Amino acid sequence: MSKTSKSKVEAPLDFRLNGSRRSFIKYGGATLAASGLLISGCEHLEQILPDKGKGKPEGHPRPVNLGSGDTGILNYAYALEQLEAAFYIEVVNMPYNGIPEEEMVIMEDLRKHEVAHRDFLKAALGDKAIISLSFDFSSVDFSNRQSVLSTAKTFEDLGVAAYNGAGRLFESTDLLLIAGKIVSVEGRHAAAIRSVLDEDSRSFAGSDVIDGDGLDRAFKPEKVLEAASPFILNKINANQLPKS
Amino acid sequence: MQINYQNLKTEEAIMNIFKLLKNYDVKPEGIENFISRRDAFEKLLGLGKKAAFAAIPLSLAGVATNNKASAQSATSEDLADVLNFALTLEYLEAEFYTMGLDTNGLIPAGKDHSIIELIKFHEVHHVDLLKTVIDSLGATPVSKPDFDFTAGGAFNPYGDYQQFLALAQAFEDTGVRAYKGQAGNLFSNGDLLTAALQIHSVEARHASEVRRLRGLKGWILQDQRGEAMPAQTQAVYNGEDNLVQGGVDVTTVSLVGADGVTESFDEPLNKNEVLIIAGLFIV
Repeated sequence: MSKTSKSKVEAPLDFRLNGSRRSFIKYGGATLAASGLLISGCEHLEQILPDKGKGKPEGHPRPVNLGSGDTGILNYAYALEQLEAAFYIEVVNMPYNGIPEEEMVIMEDLRKHEVAHRDFLKAALGDKAIISLSFDFSSVDFSNRQSVLSTAKTFEDLGVAAYNGAGRLFESTDLLLIAGKIVSVEGRHAAAIRSVLDEDSRSFAGSDVIDGDGLDRAFKPEKVLEAASPFILNKINANQLPKS
Repeated sequence: MQINYQNLKTEEAIMNIFKLLKNYDVKPEGIENFISRRDAFEKLLGLGKKAAFAAIPLSLAGVATNNKASAQSATSEDLADVLNFALTLEYLEAEFYTMGLDTNGLIPAGKDHSIIELIKFHEVHHVDLLKTVIDSLGATPVSKPDFDFTAGGAFNPYGDYQQFLALAQAFEDTGVRAYKGQAGNLFSNGDLLTAALQIHSVEARHASEVRRLRGLKGWILQDQRGEAMPAQTQAVYNGEDNLVQGGVDVTTVSLVGADGVTESFDEPLNKNEVLIIAGLFIV
């Protein structure tokens, strides 16, 4: 992997070994210390302090600040992957009525992939990772195929547009490449979900998402977070994310 | 296999554009779009006068206030090289599908036909778009190579639909890896990078669909090319079994297992690796 071509006064992601106790406890020191992709230091103090939300009434989970620079973009991706992972975990736990074998396999695969993305991003962020978010899937009828697959389609298309829009916001080419490795898998998911859900055989890359130049969508974080917000209980502060 | 972008003569390029316009049956309104897009890119790249352009694709419309191009060292020539490389692949895909659709009785009517038709539509537009952008950079779009999709007689894609689909899978999965490998080279220009990413995810959608049409999963397991894929296509899948991302062996931080991890991350190919694959089909 090539070294980053850019340098910043405050390098948000550094590839040095990291001695964070918290990471060691979480993942087992030997493996991750050897792997060396951890962010050292704690930019956001509230993230290592005890959960202030503990005393609050239920339904008001702690607000989260995604942070700035590459950390902010990774946390933004981490929030979306948490959402997708939580959704497919739910789907696989209680599959919709009459789910065909093919669709069950797809749901299980998507759960695996989103969990891998989520876990990887958490590990990459180390101490700078946002907390585990709380989700509200009350708008989804998990017993209903149409409801589940429509939600999956929304999430996958949104994930693609999110990563496409976020690429230019990175400072590190290494992270850009990793985001690229993830977004094409989201694109593969989106096509598969659309092809099992929609009657139109052209839906896998339908004109609702692909424009006349053959380009997929690319959304800014604000737009993505707005679309995702009905499903996320935590208030997400994205004010410090890079703008361009 | 070597493609020399530098030696391309201007007349050759112009001839080639006419040939292409003819090949792709560009209609007058298509040419208008072509012109306005060209203007749009000139604007985005800071090469043209400021003006309002209603026809800019939404995703490209945001004018960067802090365009990384100005701060970075990548020249227009560097960027054009990357885009010419992408153009070569898009030529390949566009011609592959065009020839398939032109072959009577090859592609079953109905679902298969509409899928292939849509993919062709995208690839043809990717060709147009890339040529426009390369032009806007003040560079010359590389000419379309001559293709032999039998690879010297090794394949029979236009006589055997299953072989046609197998090659389609190889081309789409290669396209995904190729764009991924070039993203970093477009990093200095946020608008071009975004456009490339927007093509990249379309190639991924195509790849998933073609794979599923062949009875495979939409994603790549380990470095397996999948059932009934010709051995010659293995180069398209080598390296997809990587478990380490950014220095982290993902199996050590997630419980999904090695198979799941390899499916979850698509890997890039560099220019040479891609040209070796594409070169099989370039005369």
